[in-house]
Amino acid sequence: MRSMAYFPYFVAGWLMVMGAVGIVWSRNLVRAIVCLSVTQSGTYVLLLAIGYQRHAVAPILGAQDENTRPLVDPVVQAMTLTDIVVSAGVTALLLAIAVQVARRHRTTDPDQLSTLTG
Amino acid sequence: MKRLRWLVCWFGICTFGILLIFAIPGLPPVGDVSHPYRDLAVRAAVEHATANTVASVNFDTRAFDTLGEEAIFFTAVLGAIALLRPARHEKDRRLPHSGRVLASTRLAGYVFLGITTVVGWDVVAHGHLTPGGGFQGGIVAGSGLHLAYVAGNYSVLQRIRPLRLLEIGEAAGVVGFIGIGLAGLVCAGSFLTNFVPMGILGGFLSGGTVALLNAVVGLEVGCGVVMLLSRFLEQDLVMT
Repeated sequence: MRSMAYFPYFVAGWLMVMGAVGIVWSRNLVRAIVCLSVTQSGTYVLLLAIGYQRHAVAPILGAQDENTRPLVDPVVQAMTLTDIVVSAGVTALLLAIAVQVARRHRTTDPDQLSTLTG
Repeated sequence: MKRLRWLVCWFGICTFGILLIFAIPGLPPVGDVSHPYRDLAVRAAVEHATANTVASVNFDTRAFDTLGEEAIFFTAVLGAIALLRPARHEKDRRLPHSGRVLASTRLAGYVFLGITTVVGWDVVAHGHLTPGGGFQGGIVAGSGLHLAYVAGNYSVLQRIRPLRLLEIGEAAGVVGFIGIGLAGLVCAGSFLTNFVPMGILGGFLSGGTVALLNAVVGLEVGCGVVMLLSRFLEQDLVMT
């Protein structure tokens, strides 16, 4: 039980590492962007794990018997929420860059993007 | 070159892993009862009559950070749209053409188009009461609009998607957020203060500026998503 209390943190670390390995591994820019999203998911797991409390209810007042049962931490949930939205926007920006790279260089393989063109 | 890259990669991962193993025992165990920030945030939400404590954190306690995050989303959309413009030597893009659509798909698409739009704006409107808010509702409403493309064809989507208006809507969302913040500065003495009467906890008119900020964020995100997808849909790339 004691080791289980830290398990989600390892999941978060694992997701970050696997996302990073995926970025290095990728032979395609779109895949690298998806791997970046996996890395970011690690931060969501970390944040939600910090805010979780056993037998606690969702942080909405008046919906459940929150007078008798505690709420989980809304602060980290708020951070996760904005994190997800921002990461969606940034992913769109990165995909737009990938489209532009594909248009200019006719490839999405990062290893073939070593030549300079002006 | 490739081997060096992997060497650097594994060195970084091993270092990260070792640091993580040392760091994790210093974190509070998952499911612990001690959450000092939770206690403060819930108290603040009760004081400002905001039933959704997450919205209270985002649009009341940390409203200034949310302004920054909204600006990140705004600039990301702006950057993506700028990057996806047709270049000088390119002709106007071929518009996506749709093939034959099954009658049942068409029906389901149009039925869910209405439902998704209503649900999206409902999530925005009740963001201060129930789970949801401007960010989530805006995404639902904005992407739900594209059911018209799934069900019909691209010209239907173009008809229900006035891009000029959406551009203004997106900018108005950011300006509205700053405007509400400045109104707080004028009326209550500091930027983004919750200066509107709070109402009763759980009532539709409660939470003060939280509901207003949710609405402007919903406008910004909803318009931004539609504009973003409009640019992506008009990309007609042939990769070899």
